[in-house]
Amino acid sequence: MQAKQSINDFVIKFANVNGTGSASANGMFAKAIFRMGIPVSPRNIFPSNIQGLPTWYEVRISRDGYLGRRGGIDMMVSVNPQSFAKDVGEVEPGGYMLYDSTKPLDLRHVRRDIHYLGIPLTEMCLREYTDSRQRQLFKNVIYVGALSALLNIDFAILKDLVSEQFKGKEKLITPNIHALEMGHQYATTHFECPLGIHLKAGEQTPKHIQEFDQILMDGNTAAALGAVYAGATVAAWYPITPSTSVVDAFEKYCRRLRIDPGTGKKNYAIVQAEDELSAMGMVIGANWNGARAFTATSGPGVSLMSEFLGLAYFAEVPTVLVDVQRAGPSTGMPTRTQQSDILAAAYASHGDTKHVLFFPATPAECFSMTVEAFDLAERLQTPVIIMSDLDLGMNEWMSPPLEFDDNYRYDRGKVLRGEDLEAMTERFGRYLDVDGDGIPYRTYPGAHPTKGAYFTRGSSRDEYAAYTEDGDVYVRNMDRLLKKFETAKTLVPEAKIKPAAEPTQDALLFFGTTASPAYEALETLEKEGIHLDTLRLRSFPFTQEVEDFIEEHDRIFVIEQNRDGQMRRLLLNETNVEANAKLISVVEYDGLPVTARKIASVIRGHMGINNVTPLVPKKEELAS
Amino acid sequence: MTYAKPAFRHPDAKTNEVGCTRRDYEGGLSTLCAGCGHDSISAAIIDACFDLSIEPHRVAKLSGIGCSSKTPAYFLSGSHSFNSVHGRMPSVATGANLANRELIYIGVSGDGDTASIGMGQFAHVMRRNLNMTYIVENNGCYGLTKGQDSATMDTDSVSKKGDINPYTPIDLVRVGIEVGATFVGRSFSGDKAQLVPLIKAAISHRGFALLDVISPCVTFNNHQGSTKSYASFREHNDAMPVDFIPRREAITTSYDAGVVHEVCMHDGSVLRLQKVNEEYNIEDAQSALDAIAYHTKEDRILTGLLYINRDSEELHDVLQTATKPLNRMSQRELCPGSRFLDSINAGLR
Repeated sequence: MQAKQSINDFVIKFANVNGTGSASANGMFAKAIFRMGIPVSPRNIFPSNIQGLPTWYEVRISRDGYLGRRGGIDMMVSVNPQSFAKDVGEVEPGGYMLYDSTKPLDLRHVRRDIHYLGIPLTEMCLREYTDSRQRQLFKNVIYVGALSALLNIDFAILKDLVSEQFKGKEKLITPNIHALEMGHQYATTHFECPLGIHLKAGEQTPKHIQEFDQILMDGNTAAALGAVYAGATVAAWYPITPSTSVVDAFEKYCRRLRIDPGTGKKNYAIVQAEDELSAMGMVIGANWNGARAFTATSGPGVSLMSEFLGLAYFAEVPTVLVDVQRAGPSTGMPTRTQQSDILAAAYASHGDTKHVLFFPATPAECFSMTVEAFDLAERLQTPVIIMSDLDLGMNEWMSPPLEFDDNYRYDRGKVLRGEDLEAMTERFGRYLDVDGDGIPYRTYPGAHPTKGAYFTRGSSRDEYAAYTEDGDVYVRNMDRLLKKFETAKTLVPEAKIKPAAEPTQDALLFFGTTASPAYEALETLEKEGIHLDTLRLRSFPFTQEVEDFIEEHDRIFVIEQNRDGQMRRLLLNETNVEANAKLISVVEYDGLPVTARKIASVIRGHMGINNVTPLVPKKEELAS
Repeated sequence: MTYAKPAFRHPDAKTNEVGCTRRDYEGGLSTLCAGCGHDSISAAIIDACFDLSIEPHRVAKLSGIGCSSKTPAYFLSGSHSFNSVHGRMPSVATGANLANRELIYIGVSGDGDTASIGMGQFAHVMRRNLNMTYIVENNGCYGLTKGQDSATMDTDSVSKKGDINPYTPIDLVRVGIEVGATFVGRSFSGDKAQLVPLIKAAISHRGFALLDVISPCVTFNNHQGSTKSYASFREHNDAMPVDFIPRREAITTSYDAGVVHEVCMHDGSVLRLQKVNEEYNIEDAQSALDAIAYHTKEDRILTGLLYINRDSEELHDVLQTATKPLNRMSQRELCPGSRFLDSINAGLR
């Protein structure tokens, strides 16, 4: 069997047991490749569990700089007997299976079309270490050492990473490096190194990767930094995977940056609420009172927050929510990714409500869009929801570095301060559309001794915030809110449109984490002579350019990660284009990020082109 | 009832230390039923704020949903107000307070808003000892939806339709003491002499002040057989007289020596109470719980200041928030700037 040959372009997957310390070793593996200057995208595929269940880490190395999931596995590092049978089946023909050879290989799981690399990991650890926890932990470090020989990872970089990781715990550095060396040595003495698939530093990387001084970071940390930079002072939240690390990271940076060195007092307040309802209530209360406040949650939290989102929309209180989406409905698959809160977020709450949504596709956008969300929420006096997802939020992505313009000033929106009120001669009307853009002026409590006080309520009110059940006044208010939503179209982040190399009537439309595999599929299809224009949505409400784009094309493939084509439905609902026949759903909703292979294959199908059989072994090819 | 209030002001109306008359603390005309206990509570809040010489704009009023939660429209029209959603006022109050610790927060809720739909938030806001006054206008029933029983209705209390309540009532003051409220009082909307000083003391208290005010519903729960009717309450009320003396004012009320208990408040004001018995120490939670339980067993309702912890840490103390309100922090104080971002980027390479 011909072994796979590839330099800087393969997928390696680690099959581990949750809670055995594999995450940090695997992370080090990915980071070393990143440091070698080779494009890499690692992904945790983990269970809702603390200890014991199978967990995977999939690392794609792509010389072309593709960061989405490719599909297919070229090498499996199997350290979990529980999932061995399933894992062995995933390896593509010609691929490799690195396994713990302490126990003989179960012959039922031996395939003739892949290569087995046995390393007696357990035996080596039993011999080397006496402590049971160490025996477990160093198994991971040993296989990383072995991979450095097998795949040609720069060993000096691995050593650096160990030193950085254990900074402050220096006595752990030597044993870790020792374990790396043990693995490295075992591989060089027992196998021909490097393998057919391996890494090579200094290879030409694609322009779009080279142009950036890249960083490796997760979207949740980036969003948290965005909140710090936006001047958020209040965060209220309820723990929920996969959004928890947003507030964790916010707190981490606040501790570093927002504690007065003299008094030890904090320029921020973080409250872990009793539930998501309360978290959103606190955010609304703080924003109402003039502080910038936010929360982060996932699908079930969005459901619970819907009541309050309706209040914020109707009472016109700025609100920022980071929704790190996961697979629903209900508890769904809490540790798997999806883009399935689109409709729930766009229309959260009863009655006629619509909310502004942002769709970040990279950590850099998680950062910049969160900063922008605070401005826009205050400018529009309404909720802004940042629609991230588990894949973007919890995995490390190569991203352009975060940027911040020191000349930029916060836009706190239409707020009448004490001095404005003092100078005011006319009567203050909280819900008066003074400027004709649907956005009224607000005041903070306590701003002025005699002017500007008003009654905020979720019930119908007139322009002066007085309760009313007058139908005409109610309609006037609802129409003004709609006008405000029209104004939003001129303020939200614009869509990114990229024309194809050749004129075409076909297009791809996508958003968020679907962008990476979509751009990759696009390039693959282009090589096959299939040309498509692309539009990457970055916000809702949809801007005029989105409507024009739909208008201009005959067939638009809307790629998204949910069952029902929620974005397609939202486009049909919220644009003035007759598009039902034009918009074709391409969906993936198994909880794993959609792959370029899948997108390309579906589009080929629509184009009437036969698909090449995917390179995944059929069951009968497995040796019995 | 949507009459306009006369604009006329009596030229000799008494002004307080901040130059306001009692009228400056009033609100719009009430749309509640004539004789509603809630209106008496609004009047008591007006008196308390006038007496304390609070500038109206330094108060933020918060409420949930229900008859009680409408009342912030009927007092302190010079204050900002937030009539939020049903049972969720505590969270909105928490956020507001976090944003600006300098304002005075008065929350008004009802027994449905607090003890049923809002029980979770009610318990948690007390756990956190948020610095606010939380007044429950407790009538044992749902008024706006026409008289259904609430969770504070006493067992065996008879509804207007004649149904007997089979369920155990939730005693808000006992819940409050158990979960961490640091000022717990109970009063009666018809007892202005006790209620006004209690509200003044609650506002002066630093930390979470709960006032459970029995406020009969004249339309749905004021008949014979109801334990929350005016008649029934007056008959069973064991009222502990309360007097509140703001800082700098001379003590004028006199009680029998030996039963008077003086509580010096955080701001220097003094609360004088006539204790119900010598053993009851209102600064001891267990003692308070025992006294409440004893009276309940005897089919009596103990009112007055039931429990106080004067030295507690309110939420801002726990969180160690800056003295300067967070909503006044400038971009310069909050935004780390691009240089710090460069170091973040460097750490991610």
